[in-house]
Amino acid sequence: MATPSSISTIDLSASFPGSVRLDDRPGYSGWIVERDSLVSLATFLRDELGYDLLSSVTGVDYLPEDKMEVVYQVYKTTGGPGVFFKVQLERQDPIELPSLIEIWPGVDLQEREIWDLYGIKFTGHPDLRRILTWEGFDGHPMRKDWQEAFYEEETKPFKSRWPEGEHVSAEEKNPYKDNLRFPQKFNPEKWTPTDPEEALYKSLKKSISFDEEGLETEQIIVNMGPQHPSTHGVFRAVVTLDGETVTSLKPVMGYLHRNHEKIGERNTFLQNMPYTDRLDYFNSMSNNWGYALAVEKLMGIEVAERAEYIRTIMAELSRIQNHLIWIGMMLNDLGTYFTPALYAFEERELILDIFEAASGSRMMCNYYRFGGVVRDIPRPVFEKIKGLVFDRLPEKITEFERLLSENEILISRLRGIGYLSTQDAIAYSMTGPVLRASGVPYDIRRAEPYGIYDTFDFEVVTNDEGDMYARYVVRIEEMRQSLRILEQALKDIPEGPVMSVKPVYQVRVPAGEAYGRIEAPKGELGFYVISNGKPNPWRYHVRAPSFINLTALEKMCVGNKIADFVAILGAIDIVLGELDR
Amino acid sequence: MYGKGILKGLSVTAKRFWTTYWEDTVWFLRRLTGGEKRYYSPEGIARRSSKDARGIFTIQYPEEKLPTPEEFRYIPLLVYDEGDGGQKEVRCTSCGICAKVCPPQCIWIVRTNDPKTGRPVPQPAEFFIDADICMNCGFCAEYCPFDAIKMDHDYEIASYTRNILDLDHLLKSASYYEEIRPQNAAQENEARRAKEAAKAARASA
Repeated sequence: MATPSSISTIDLSASFPGSVRLDDRPGYSGWIVERDSLVSLATFLRDELGYDLLSSVTGVDYLPEDKMEVVYQVYKTTGGPGVFFKVQLERQDPIELPSLIEIWPGVDLQEREIWDLYGIKFTGHPDLRRILTWEGFDGHPMRKDWQEAFYEEETKPFKSRWPEGEHVSAEEKNPYKDNLRFPQKFNPEKWTPTDPEEALYKSLKKSISFDEEGLETEQIIVNMGPQHPSTHGVFRAVVTLDGETVTSLKPVMGYLHRNHEKIGERNTFLQNMPYTDRLDYFNSMSNNWGYALAVEKLMGIEVAERAEYIRTIMAELSRIQNHLIWIGMMLNDLGTYFTPALYAFEERELILDIFEAASGSRMMCNYYRFGGVVRDIPRPVFEKIKGLVFDRLPEKITEFERLLSENEILISRLRGIGYLSTQDAIAYSMTGPVLRASGVPYDIRRAEPYGIYDTFDFEVVTNDEGDMYARYVVRIEEMRQSLRILEQALKDIPEGPVMSVKPVYQVRVPAGEAYGRIEAPKGELGFYVISNGKPNPWRYHVRAPSFINLTALEKMCVGNKIADFVAILGAIDIVLGELDR
Repeated sequence: MYGKGILKGLSVTAKRFWTTYWEDTVWFLRRLTGGEKRYYSPEGIARRSSKDARGIFTIQYPEEKLPTPEEFRYIPLLVYDEGDGGQKEVRCTSCGICAKVCPPQCIWIVRTNDPKTGRPVPQPAEFFIDADICMNCGFCAEYCPFDAIKMDHDYEIASYTRNILDLDHLLKSASYYEEIRPQNAAQENEARRAKEAAKAARASA
């Protein structure tokens, strides 16, 4: 796990003399490209070199150097290391940069996020509105000079806590109505949310259609959510309908936004670990792993061998329970009410019992540490895992298949609905089971193995249909493959320590950047971490699969019925904690 | 044949329905022969959370409760040892590591200063945990070098007011701690004894 392992060795500066140079800052890798050559470099990477999957785009604010950076990470769907390239920009307001939406449509939501959080304007983006914060928000919160209303100190630990830690509640310091800020000339009493709503409705595609007699049919706008029970949380979609058919759709999100990344930059490296639990709260075991991987790359430490096995066991159990819940909730979205959901919950409870006994908590596990895991799995729990993996779960997965797979009603609701072609799935940066259900055998456990996945024998499940039934089949099969991995891991797990380094509460992380990515149950979960040698990360970015997989939501929904929207959204498998961050 | 898949699925639900009653019958016979109960008994709860669980799965909270595993963590407590005269010997030295490692910064400690010399005394004057902010991550217990702060097992703390816990609320006896976490406590006591023995050996050498 050497630091630049994810960076390939091609020489881009030869192809773009003068405008692309190697990023030679210590601990950094990749290429720095001039703003004017960004589009041509991106086209070259995609068309000539085959980097077809844009994984992540994010901004970084280098306040002391008075510049900002936009970092792109691209990969090949055939596997192998990726390419990082960065654009450095003068720090002013606003900053402009050409949008790459023509080359990789998957940047759509991510560029909106960068505009929202960093104030970098992407020229050519068709719908550059705020996405996670609301329209009356003052400033761009991820900029280093932006401070929250309840600002206390730049970084934790706060000095007020010790040794003179007289307790003061946050609400005493920031009384109600004083705990938020507005832009100048903004009056919250008089503000009505018409303007942003107008802008949102305007962003929907308009089309005129006629019925058989030549009469123009009117299209209507329907707001699904933010409180709709099918939206898995507080998520909203605005849909235009022609009759019952969806003609255009825009997701609206951010209702659960808490600026996880800003919190992460105030935290120390270790303090971030329990916060990652709260992203995709079904899979805290995977989230921990992604973050630990990024920081371990920066620190350049190995993971204890037994801990690698424990990590694999926990992550695969987590994948099984996630997919089970997905089936249950998906069927719930389709209207079967609770039978499959409760069947799924039974198995999930048993898996959560294991997490609780090993980590201390059912969902907020906080189990991984840099260099290993916090403690070994207790012996009786180990036996329970074996019992589940070898005896119970295979049978239960077969039972789910008997219950659902051939059900004619289910098939007619899923077959051919929510279709996403292979090209679109790649272009829209889809990852995880949705991408594999469109026929792309892309699984980070194989494409760029992390941990000890290269030692296990398993298959990357794909399906060529690209519809919702394919997504269902892929997930069922993936659970079987997870069981295969678990069987091997449980058989081969060696004895030994579970930490490769001495556990300390203040880790030393050398300066540099690292991108740790794992195959989370919902897709590619990436953590982009920059350290400047201080106890807190300078930049902490989460590439959330739930968020980026929504880019293709409109593509999947257009032409289908409004009733199918609920199911298509469910089939992506989103979790709002991760989506809104 | 259209509908075959539906019937196949229904056979699963029918089987589950039948299993529920079958299980109840089996447990009824067990109760007659061995006195084992399916509900409201430790053996019944253990069965329902084991890999062989069949039939009704629910734990009837609050009448029934899942046993908390030893590592379960919920809101920290401060351990004190009972002195020979029954006085509380607080293990905490107010070193502040827990306050520094706490991710949501919910631990507030006032250090004791000697009134004559003004030098710090290894004992907390005040200790607050804002339990409404605490995220139950367990870092404080994990990194405490004195085994002084530990995670509690009591999860039923709903209240009408904010839970700002002070020393009165936080201090729990070492025997309580040994009761909820027997294995951890035994390990830690062993480690402390070994350390003291090594120290004594060094002093006498």
